[in-house]
Amino acid sequence: MNEARELIRVEGLSFQYDSIPVLEEVSFSIARGDFMAILGPNGSGKTTLVKLILGLFRPTRGRVLLMGKSVEDFKAWSKIGYVPQKATHIDPFFPASAREVVAMALTAGPPKPWRGKREEDEAVALALDRVGMAAFRNRPIGRLSGGQQQRVIIARAIVNAPELLFLDEPTAGVDAATQGLFYDMLHRLNEDQRITIVLVTHDIGIVNKHVTKVACLNQRLVFHGSHADFCQSEAFKTMLASGHLVSHIH
Amino acid sequence: MEAFFGYGFFQRALLAGLFVAIACAILGLFLILRRDAMIGHGLAHVTFGGVALGLFLNVLPLGAALVVAILASLAIMKLKEKAGLHGDTAIGIFSSVGMALGIALATLAGRFNADLLSYLFGDILAIDALEVGLSTVLAAVVVVVILANYRRLMYLTFDREAAKASGVKTAHLDVLLAVLTSVTVVLGMKVVGILLVTALLVIPAAAGLLLAASFKQALLFSSLVASVSVVFGLLAAFYLDLPASATVVLFSFLLFGAFYLLRRRSHP
Repeated sequence: MNEARELIRVEGLSFQYDSIPVLEEVSFSIARGDFMAILGPNGSGKTTLVKLILGLFRPTRGRVLLMGKSVEDFKAWSKIGYVPQKATHIDPFFPASAREVVAMALTAGPPKPWRGKREEDEAVALALDRVGMAAFRNRPIGRLSGGQQQRVIIARAIVNAPELLFLDEPTAGVDAATQGLFYDMLHRLNEDQRITIVLVTHDIGIVNKHVTKVACLNQRLVFHGSHADFCQSEAFKTMLASGHLVSHIH
Repeated sequence: MEAFFGYGFFQRALLAGLFVAIACAILGLFLILRRDAMIGHGLAHVTFGGVALGLFLNVLPLGAALVVAILASLAIMKLKEKAGLHGDTAIGIFSSVGMALGIALATLAGRFNADLLSYLFGDILAIDALEVGLSTVLAAVVVVVILANYRRLMYLTFDREAAKASGVKTAHLDVLLAVLTSVTVVLGMKVVGILLVTALLVIPAAAGLLLAASFKQALLFSSLVASVSVVFGLLAAFYLDLPASATVVLFSFLLFGAFYLLRRRSHP
């Protein structure tokens, strides 16, 4: 694969938690422009894999390259947006407004003292607009619905105009209609803004509609390839048959 | 009333009190949101041990208290991380050990006396020029450091994992907060005493949180409650001949009550 096209390379990644193996020998890469789903049953190591890629955990073995740099030496964090799994568990009494929550991520990457307040305000307004939350910019985060909070957290993840966006089970606890709109929004970010998206989910329905690549995980990488190939694969049939994956067909 | 503002000791108390109370309020906001409100209470008890150590060694008690409180706050943090203890358990251990150490040292020194009692209950009106200077400068430093790092601290408090993934040095900020908390508790001790320092950390910040619709408002309202409590608390102390520590805390609670009623009206 062309080096410039490759945003992430994972090589022989293993991780143990309290000497219990969580991930074993996982290797794959993600190219610029991909919309990749990381699929797998509960406890298959999906979230751990994302956290290893982001340098939140240290691998037991193997390594992660982000944009050609080892994750330990990677500094350009503003090029990466992250929507963590627990984004739906927001402290309802936290006093920050939607705008302030989005602005938090402006601290990412090296300090930018030259960036003025107006520029920051514009970046925040644009991000909130992209997720359809401009009208709620001054609302305290605790007084938004779960789906609205999630959109604010995504605005935070895209405020630095990242090249790469990670979302970990972003629609947990969000109703089906909102989920549909939500994935359409991700699709637009991928198509129009050319943001590479990595989505952790156990919902195959989403995969059908929007995703171009699939990495299927169950401690080991059991499948990695295009979405079309995945649907024909043994991994897909096994997972579906075992009831490990939820399928909401849209 | 103007006469009181003319007294040197009143001016000193007002200046130190305002700076320290605002530092406490701003820091308290972060502590409350981190579910760490009682750290102030724990460190205040440790500070008692520090003061006793200072009196025992015949060095500036405020200095000894500062060193002991900083070491204890870092130890509490490490104990939480490494031993898997809950924060309140670690605080429980250190606060009682600090207090026990204080009692033992004070008895050994044969000076379990008015000196030590003044630290328990605070005596801002008896604060001397050196301590005023020191308290004011340190409190100002605490405020400036927090405001300079306010967005990072807010991010860390709101969503530690996302902050870390944005490259925020979360471990460094934890240490920074621990050190700032220790300094602030020691300063608060001079204003309201060891037994009431939690009040300065918790009540103004809690009041601010009742009405704030943004983080900036929370900082502003908390500082406002702290400042008004100090000014009116000191005046009440004069008029009613009461200890200033008590009146400052009681005033802050009055304001908390008023904010609560206002909130009830705006969020029925």
